[in-house]
Amino acid sequence: MKLHNSTDRIEKEIVLRAPQSRVWRALANAEEFGAWFGMKLEGAFAPGGRVHGQITLPGHGQVTIDIAIERMDPESRMSYRWHPYAVESGVDYSNEPTTLVEFQLEEVAEGTRLRVVESGFDRIPPARRAEALRMNDEGWAEQLENIARHVAS
Amino acid sequence: MSLHSAGWREVSRTAPMFAALGDETRLALVARLSSEGPLSITRLTAGSPVTRQAITKHLNVLATAGLVSDLRRGRERIWELEPKQMEAARAYLEHVSKRWDEALGRLKQFVEE
Repeated sequence: MKLHNSTDRIEKEIVLRAPQSRVWRALANAEEFGAWFGMKLEGAFAPGGRVHGQITLPGHGQVTIDIAIERMDPESRMSYRWHPYAVESGVDYSNEPTTLVEFQLEEVAEGTRLRVVESGFDRIPPARRAEALRMNDEGWAEQLENIARHVAS
Repeated sequence: MSLHSAGWREVSRTAPMFAALGDETRLALVARLSSEGPLSITRLTAGSPVTRQAITKHLNVLATAGLVSDLRRGRERIWELEPKQMEAARAYLEHVSKRWDEALGRLKQFVEE
């Protein structure tokens, strides 16, 4: 994991032992994207298009996702905008700034190197960030209860 | 949990600290106060190509965002970091960063199986 001295962006890099075409499909196909990300998405990804869905990961409640695809260069680049951690159900986030998520694929000897950059956090209102942390804290409390139940049984 | 709710809600009322950090001079000031602890305006200006007046202006922007505060010691103003604010900003990014680590872990499993 790379950590940058910036409050505006997050950068990740991972090498996947799978061909570039396989990784591309996992990103570009909305159903596959949702499967590993933990979302149920409606519709297909296309440049300039929007896809809506729900987070299906435990501890997230009823969270709506709105993805605005920007670019899709087959097997090499994909980018979209969304509202990071729009955590409260029933709150309209549409007028708030979005972050930009960029995926970049590159063929390497072991398979495919995937680079992910999410940027634009400096423009996210402090209230949203604070709420996200509070919600995550509750998510953790829930996880700990699950573990406690598991080890006790 | 109880530790957070009140504190983070307080954070939500402050001016946008991330915007305040989006300037090289201000970021450098925060970095110095973070590594050297509380400093006087004289120390902060020494060796800098930026004027004392300009530095003061930047510090006031950081203070409005709740990132730094000043206190008077004799005739000097001493500036220091407000650690709670910095922690909130850092904690948020760490939190999002961790979520990406988890998602990419799931992606790895998904495409390698």
